[in-house]
Amino acid sequence: MKIIVLVKHVPDAQLDRHLSDEDNTTDRADSILSELDEYALEAALQLTEARGGAKAGNQVIALSMGPAGAVNAIKKSLQIGATEGVHLRDDALAGSDAAATSLALAAAVRHIGADGPVDLVLTGMASTDGETSLVPAQLAERLDLPQVTFASELEVDGGRVIARRDSDTHYDTVEATLPAVVSVTDQINEPRFPNFKGIIAAKRKTITTLTLAEIGVDPAEVGKTGSWTEVKTAAARPPRTAGTIITDEGDAGIKLVDFLAAQKLL
Amino acid sequence: MAKVLVFIDNPGQALKKSSLELLTIARSLGETAVAVNGALNDDVVAALGAHGATAVFRPSSEDLDAYLIGPKAAYLAGAVAASGATTVLLENSFDGKEIAARLGIKLGAGVITDVVGVEPDGTAHKSVLAGSYTTTAKATTAVSVLTVKPNSVTPDPAAAAASPEVLTVDVPDSATAGAARITGRKDKPASGRPDLTEARIVVAGGRGVDGDFGPVEELADALGAAVGASRAATDAGWIGHDAQVGQTGKTVSPQLYISAGISGAIQQKAGMQTAKVIVAINKDAESPVFEIADFGIIGDLFQVLPQATEEIKKRKG
Repeated sequence: MKIIVLVKHVPDAQLDRHLSDEDNTTDRADSILSELDEYALEAALQLTEARGGAKAGNQVIALSMGPAGAVNAIKKSLQIGATEGVHLRDDALAGSDAAATSLALAAAVRHIGADGPVDLVLTGMASTDGETSLVPAQLAERLDLPQVTFASELEVDGGRVIARRDSDTHYDTVEATLPAVVSVTDQINEPRFPNFKGIIAAKRKTITTLTLAEIGVDPAEVGKTGSWTEVKTAAARPPRTAGTIITDEGDAGIKLVDFLAAQKLL
Repeated sequence: MAKVLVFIDNPGQALKKSSLELLTIARSLGETAVAVNGALNDDVVAALGAHGATAVFRPSSEDLDAYLIGPKAAYLAGAVAASGATTVLLENSFDGKEIAARLGIKLGAGVITDVVGVEPDGTAHKSVLAGSYTTTAKATTAVSVLTVKPNSVTPDPAAAAASPEVLTVDVPDSATAGAARITGRKDKPASGRPDLTEARIVVAGGRGVDGDFGPVEELADALGAAVGASRAATDAGWIGHDAQVGQTGKTVSPQLYISAGISGAIQQKAGMQTAKVIVAINKDAESPVFEIADFGIIGDLFQVLPQATEEIKKRKG
């Protein structure tokens, strides 16, 4: 089995995050592997381990598009257990929106598939920076593949992927033939941590760097020029300030209702 | 006049408030057509007309609900062509965003999600990085596709009702070939409470409820509110994952958010800091949630919530 897992290097959501004043793009200092991508990586490892793992020729390829620092997301994926890494890195990619990102990633997936067909492209349910959830669906559209998104359970059986997908009102069972693009939620599994053996083993694994020229993408099709949306203005939201804080002296519930009444919220 | 297409997936017996909001925004942008999927009853057609729709499109295929996303995007691309629309509005649900995503690629159109307001020139307002920035964005393409969050505008009928023409859009067989198929469906039990992302009031519980959501649910019911939860509470299995508010759960911007027994770590704040009014109840005076609460109570939620619930019932008589 050959699985590509999309991994993204994103600003740590536990810290304050910023947009650059210059061009409204995300400031990527203090970035880490997107937490939601760890679930996709774990799902890929479980699927391949059930088929004999790397020894049986299964591949889990961590693919990341991004500037130099993005290689850290790939390195962490290799430590966790991915068999190899691919870093799509080109200055022309900076500022790409979801449409341009999906175009470049689709070309990278085709390039990786040239030496043996890809069975699955696995992703997280969203990145924790852009949070749009657009890229998996747009990648599926560009590759003309079925998409099975927000999977909370996943199995592969006889050339088909079978998933459970939760919505607010019902649970669906969804099936598609391989190859497919699948995104998984944080309910699907418990991602493993890199252990000492994994960290040592990762040093021997290959990370291939690809440029746009190597995957046959015209730089004008990506980055800000190739994007179909433009951020015009960005303003930091004024921080919320604390209001009235009281300590319960046996009547705080009534004071709460008084507050709601005064705010016309009852 | 610019033409706008609104997608309403399975309108059912009556239009949801979020659909009426989309129609209200659409009318401010231009002449409105609607694309629906699923059964279409006469009352819904009349309501669409009352909100200014001059045309209603239906798919030639009746089984789009048997597939995930792809075929609905293909149908909608046909409806965009038939209507001549330059702006497409969809709801900001998981499905809505993904249909928008695939539609955008089919049409070569820019997609903007999480929109809370649209100007007549198509400039969209949204907040990013978990509410820490507000931005304006615009598609640079001939057609723009926007997914709009609930509670963005007050729904309003048109000054003069239209009698929409109902038209069929041909869905090619190729739209369903190779798409992911839905082979089974199990309904979740309905809570009778408002939908979390659309609710005007949310009462949320966290680690501090210690397994007992009773007081949170009772206050929510007294207020007609939805129930939310922190990740700690959903991970502990005290309440379903659907209720999770935060970075990996749902983002809400209600008029009022009542946080009970939640410390207010960044992960949680990310899901609720655009609420108009925040109330926090927590035993720990050092909880970060008090830094952002408009009204904070240092106290035991098992005392404060039931007392508030009783008081609300008394006042509502």
